[in-house]
Amino acid sequence: MVTGLINANPVVYERKERHLRSSPVVIDEYAVEPIDQLEIFEHVRDIKDPEHPYSLEELKVVTEDSIELDDQQSYVRVTFTPTVEHCSMATVIGLCLRVKLMRSLPSRYKVDIRVAPGTHATEAAVNKQLNDKERVAAALENPRLLEMVDECLAATYI
Amino acid sequence: MANPSLWIPHVEAFIDDSRSPNQKSASLNAIAALVKKDLLTLETLVRDMELYLTTTDHIIRKKGIILLAEILSCISGKSLNASTIGSLVEFFTSRLADWQALRGALIGCLALLRRRNTFGMVKGGDAKTLAESFLKNVQVQSLAVEDRKLCFEVLQCLLDTFPEEMVTLGDDLVYGICDAIDEEKDPRCLLLTFHLVETLVRLFPEPHGFVADFANDLFEILGRYFPVYFTHQRSDELDIKRDELSGGLMRAFCSTPYFEPLAVPLLLEKLSSSLPLAKLDSLRYLNNCITCYGAVRMMKYAESIWSALKDAIFTFSIPGFSFPSTVESVREMEPLGDQIAKETLVCLQTAISELNHPKANSFLGLIIEDDCIEKAFSSVSGEKCYAVCSKESKRQFLALGSILSTSSKVSSDCCDRVFKKFFISLMGILEVTPNNPEHSFIMKNNSFPKAVSFGAIYICVELLAACRDLTLSTEVLPQQFISMHDGWFCLLKSFATPLMCYLGSIVATLDNSISVNEDHKQEVTGYAVKGLQVLSTFPECCSPISKDVFKDTLAILVTVIKDRPGDTYVWRLSLNALVQIGLFVDKSDDSQKAMCYEEFVVQRLLSWFSSDDSAVCLSQNLEAICEIGMTKWEFMLAATRWLEQAIFAKILDACVNGKSSSAEILLSLLKCYSHQVLPWFHKANRFEEVAMPFAINVWKLMENTSAFSANSKNQVVLDAIMMTMKIVVSGCTEENQSLIVQKGYSVLLSTLSLISAKEQAAFPAFNLEGFGFVPNLVSLACKDEWLISLFSSVLIALRPQTIIPDVKLILKLLMLLLLQGHVPATQALASAVNKWPENNNETQGSNVCSFEEAINLIFEMDLSGLLYSCPFKKLRDLTSSEEICSLFRNNDRNPFIIHALEGLAWIGKGLLMRGHEKVKEIVMLFMKCLLLNQDEIITTLQDGSGSADQSSFLARLAADAFRVLLCDSDVCLDKKFHATIKPLYKQRFFSSILMVLLSSIKGSGSLWTRAVLYRAFGHVISNTPLAAVIVQANQILPPLLDALSVLSSDAMDKDLIYSLLMALSGILMDDNGKEAVLNNVHSIIGRLIGMISYPHMMIVRETAIQCLVAMSGLPHARIYPMRSQVLRAVSNALDDHRRTVRLEAVRCRQAWASIASRSLHF
Repeated sequence: MVTGLINANPVVYERKERHLRSSPVVIDEYAVEPIDQLEIFEHVRDIKDPEHPYSLEELKVVTEDSIELDDQQSYVRVTFTPTVEHCSMATVIGLCLRVKLMRSLPSRYKVDIRVAPGTHATEAAVNKQLNDKERVAAALENPRLLEMVDECLAATYI
Repeated sequence: MANPSLWIPHVEAFIDDSRSPNQKSASLNAIAALVKKDLLTLETLVRDMELYLTTTDHIIRKKGIILLAEILSCISGKSLNASTIGSLVEFFTSRLADWQALRGALIGCLALLRRRNTFGMVKGGDAKTLAESFLKNVQVQSLAVEDRKLCFEVLQCLLDTFPEEMVTLGDDLVYGICDAIDEEKDPRCLLLTFHLVETLVRLFPEPHGFVADFANDLFEILGRYFPVYFTHQRSDELDIKRDELSGGLMRAFCSTPYFEPLAVPLLLEKLSSSLPLAKLDSLRYLNNCITCYGAVRMMKYAESIWSALKDAIFTFSIPGFSFPSTVESVREMEPLGDQIAKETLVCLQTAISELNHPKANSFLGLIIEDDCIEKAFSSVSGEKCYAVCSKESKRQFLALGSILSTSSKVSSDCCDRVFKKFFISLMGILEVTPNNPEHSFIMKNNSFPKAVSFGAIYICVELLAACRDLTLSTEVLPQQFISMHDGWFCLLKSFATPLMCYLGSIVATLDNSISVNEDHKQEVTGYAVKGLQVLSTFPECCSPISKDVFKDTLAILVTVIKDRPGDTYVWRLSLNALVQIGLFVDKSDDSQKAMCYEEFVVQRLLSWFSSDDSAVCLSQNLEAICEIGMTKWEFMLAATRWLEQAIFAKILDACVNGKSSSAEILLSLLKCYSHQVLPWFHKANRFEEVAMPFAINVWKLMENTSAFSANSKNQVVLDAIMMTMKIVVSGCTEENQSLIVQKGYSVLLSTLSLISAKEQAAFPAFNLEGFGFVPNLVSLACKDEWLISLFSSVLIALRPQTIIPDVKLILKLLMLLLLQGHVPATQALASAVNKWPENNNETQGSNVCSFEEAINLIFEMDLSGLLYSCPFKKLRDLTSSEEICSLFRNNDRNPFIIHALEGLAWIGKGLLMRGHEKVKEIVMLFMKCLLLNQDEIITTLQDGSGSADQSSFLARLAADAFRVLLCDSDVCLDKKFHATIKPLYKQRFFSSILMVLLSSIKGSGSLWTRAVLYRAFGHVISNTPLAAVIVQANQILPPLLDALSVLSSDAMDKDLIYSLLMALSGILMDDNGKEAVLNNVHSIIGRLIGMISYPHMMIVRETAIQCLVAMSGLPHARIYPMRSQVLRAVSNALDDHRRTVRLEAVRCRQAWASIASRSLHF
């Protein structure tokens, strides 16, 4: 078990201002607002980093552009960038992203979580772990891990 | 004389340790009361308590002495003879040496010393003995907080009451006090010690007195507390704020000039500290010290004070007066920084005005001859553009501006020096020469050879503003007399006119020749406008510019208002400047200037605006004219006249000529008139001078206009005019209101074309019986529609006591219109019923009718003229459902019965609001309509020609009548239109109707009937104040949920659904509703789940989900069975097509998922 912090001194970026979506003046009750990139980003931006009191947005682990989405095909892919290459927290972060989206998106969606290419030492392993249903389910059975995930997600439900 | 057995137990109780504090204070009060009533003399008391007072047991002796002392403090208002006081003082003085029982001695001394002369007080000699004993025996520092506090109070009392005796104690006293206050740390005591020092040093003012000797020691003790470091919260039980402590210490610092050699260096040192709070305190102290210590002592510090202040100003400068753009440095600065900047300038001003000793170089001299200032001046005055400057030079800008303007504001002499030094060179930089012969500049085609320096203009305007403030201050402080021959004034006068021209041409220049970029142009123009404003607002006695130049200034600014509405920044600044000048003119009582202003600003603008007929700049024009008008009553009157004329012209244009573009202009004119002009006049208490002519003119207009164009049926315009009319009328007094009504009535009679000549002859006997004539709304000519609507709005806005002519006739006419479905007339009738005076016996005339008569008139209205099939039927006699059915069936083409119901709803509202019982009859009629056997009607109608849609209309109408009854309307029966409103009328009605509705719902078998009953119920619930609804929550919840499910089938009911859901959420959120909610948990959740998929209104779905979130907080045991059901429903909502619903669903899902286990696997 590693005792020290993996990345003791991460670079903290400024938060992007939360611009309110401009609501149309005449509101059509039956208009459809499809799920879009920004909405997904709103779901995940406030997830807390497992080892720092900063959000994933502040650490630039996820950005709005790192989200690919096709509402018609019910497909979303989130590509995240760990702060350091050998970060062992990458799987936890990925798990947080997956759980958060699982809880926030309709069941028709297929969620794909990936580490940005070239940003992590064991990229392939992490990707495989994060997108394996069985492994994710097993991880969530682990009460310690679940507690950690829930702690990271707590800030997103405010 | 009281029996000792009466009070001895009290003494014992007080001494007894086992008693509670309350019992002790009760005993104390009992004894004090006996002494007060002379039932017990102090001598007897002391004699009988002797054992307690002299025993060798410290604890009992201590308590005995405290008891005696407390009794003394209780009887401070009772006269005692000199010998009693003498012996008591002697006793307590001797007890000061008894350290075990000191508390009581201190309380006793304090109580005695505080006695007033009228009730017998301590003699001077005794006080001196007491003080000597105190100084000799009491070791203040070693006592507890409460005792120390008492000690300081005793000392303070001695100093305050016996100053002569205390002075004779000499250095013993000073030394003793120094000793006592040393090392004190408790804030309560500190406040006392600071005051003590302040009083002490006042006793020894002489230069070689004891205080002068002890100044070092005293200051050593005091100086440690500066700057006050105090972090207690305000909610602390001590209730002392940092400011109080700091103020106390400051007064102590300033109490004697002997502290000067010690205090000033300390303050200067702390002023350079990096702690903002220390800086702020130092500035405040320094400011006070300068005045208290005097110029002679402070002169030697002048240089160091200046350099310290200079540093502070250059670090913390803020704009001297409103800088016409948001300056970045201000936003970054902490509020503390602002305070520091402000204090620095205050201190600078004090220093300049105090430290001008004739022998030495004055403080101002230091400033003016400072190289640093000179350097700053040359760099600032050369600066072209503020926006591109570095942060440092921006600070320099503001700092230099505030230093120079503060210096010139101090006195005429100071102003003189500053002007001589800086003003001339500024004029040189701006290339303004005195008394330029060609001073009348040409407004157009001004081209500047090179870009103007913003820095020079900025400093120049700051100086001008300072001069103006100086001249204005002479009005308040007459000793600061300003002579016309003062150097600065001559300078200013010689430069004023050319400077004015220069600034004017900057404002008037449209091209970019004056500026390097857009920002620069805005800065320069902004300050030029400000400069013009300053130059025009000098007080009359010392105005540097002549009348003609004043006119020119106004002309420049007015031209901007007229020609450059697109250039918002300059436009707004010019308008502000004009408003400021207007306010100044209004205040200065200068009739000539006021005339100039009216001629050159108000009249010109008005004539321009009237020639400009487009709607493009209308809102800006209106804004300009209103704001300028608000500066002076006469200006506003002129503006209002113009506005009225414009309104009437546009009414004619829109209605007679049918121009739709005029209608739009008319709407904004009316909006300005009713929202800005009328409220202003109302505030100025001259409402009627404007309102009355307006109302009369409207009637004249209607009288003189023969025909309205056919396509002018613009309901929006009519509504706006009606609203204006209501506001106008509602503000008038009764007399004027009746004049307006009278006028309107005569116009109505003379022009109403719906009554033909023949009927008009029969008009006095207006009766529907045998009338044979059924007027039709469709046939109402446009003008008649206007007339009736306007007349109705006048009636709506009347005060209760206003006399209406021909009341009965008007009532009948309104009734007739009501039956045609004319809404304003209906509202007018309701308003009349609502405000009808209860008894007007004193004015019994043929025209007047009592309230009862009026009500009868309405209720007995014979409908036979309308209902040809059932003759002699009156509205109130509609009892059986067959009758209503037949009525309805016979009139399905003429919806009189529908209009009658609508009208009754309004009349009922009027009655309900005043609390009249007749409303019951109306409500019962509605109930009958609701309970009609709808199924039957449908079948009969489907057999005939009617359709089901029409048939349900009647009951629905009756249900909607409940909404009219209870909702607040802003067009009629409103508080501002003088409606009679009985307190809590909604709550009363709610509680009386609720049971009726609930039992009807229970009893009704048909689906149709239930649906309309729920509708009525829904209207009642959603319009009643929530607090009343919550009280009945237990009974209401089940039908409320049913209503939600029944009503959700029809998209038309979505607003009702929403308000019901809001009522439900109100019950959920309120603590009083908890019990009812718990009883109905399952059905509520079931219903809310249903509402999640309500398709017709997004906000309903959102609210339903929010309600579910709120429900998740209920005891888990009750809600757990519903968990999986809720989660399933909410999961569907995650795919809602509206984003807000989805986001709420995420929250709700989390809330419900986490009540059992954190995982979402369920």
